[in-house]
Amino acid sequence: MEHGGAALIAGVGLEAYLAVAAILFVTGIFGIFLNRKNVIVILMSIELMLLAVNINFVAFSAHLGDLVGQVFTLFVLTVAAAEAAIGLAILVCFFRNRGTIDVEDMNMMKG
Amino acid sequence: MGLTQLAFYVFAAVAVGSGVLVILARNPVHSVLWLILAFFSSAGLMVLLGAEFIAMLLVIVYVGAVAVLFLFVVMMLDVDFAELKRGLADYLPVGALVGLVLLVELSLVLGHWALAGAAPESREAVFAIEEGVANTPALGAILYDKYLYMFQAAGLILLVAMIGAIVLTLRHRPNVKRQDVLTQIYRGRDVELKDVEPGQGV
Repeated sequence: MEHGGAALIAGVGLEAYLAVAAILFVTGIFGIFLNRKNVIVILMSIELMLLAVNINFVAFSAHLGDLVGQVFTLFVLTVAAAEAAIGLAILVCFFRNRGTIDVEDMNMMKG
Repeated sequence: MGLTQLAFYVFAAVAVGSGVLVILARNPVHSVLWLILAFFSSAGLMVLLGAEFIAMLLVIVYVGAVAVLFLFVVMMLDVDFAELKRGLADYLPVGALVGLVLLVELSLVLGHWALAGAAPESREAVFAIEEGVANTPALGAILYDKYLYMFQAAGLILLVAMIGAIVLTLRHRPNVKRQDVLTQIYRGRDVELKDVEPGQGV
């Protein structure tokens, strides 16, 4: 099998996939700035950024003809799922105590 | 334009468009639904890249578990989302500036990166994608073999996350009658017959 196997990405090149991932990543960052008060949308923005990272990993995995990128995507997915579960649990806990999910009210620890 | 290219452009456009709508939607329930659409179209991109297992994982784990978890929380919390949306325009210039700078930087990298002439040949794939072997068996063969400890660690992370989520959200409400099995078992022989009035209990 040829190394560098660009032929593994059918149709469009690697750059097209990287561009999609870059736009999704920037969208995630923009979402964090835009919805600074709403923790749920911030968590969703983080999910978008992790999705962009996963697209990058799989695109390079196909480009280089190497499966390790896909294995690493699996672990990124695991951590993303754990992060979402813990983040939402903290959010529910916080809402029960304070009755709001505004980021600016999150000063109970006086940090 | 071939079918593959057409599929790529459709999936990419839907993924980017729904990604933008996730952060712009007024109603968080709509945000979650757009997020689900973004995950679905990204799964399509993964299929185009030949990573079927990752694509199925995206649909099952992200759409089936994470996005539905988001949906549950959004619907469960009684939050005035209009209040949270206020002052949104204050952060728009800074956010747009940061996003634009990052996008320009990334596009500069995308436009100008190149592999050195001998680099692709001098690199050997750690686990090469072989022709004729389906994606899922190949991935399973190295995941349960070479990456066994990493796989176990991933399972441990999920276990800790599960226990953490349960510990954080579990609460014992007062004034709720529960069955106490231990008390029932250790109950003495003082059995008595009681006339229970309907609607009043013992």
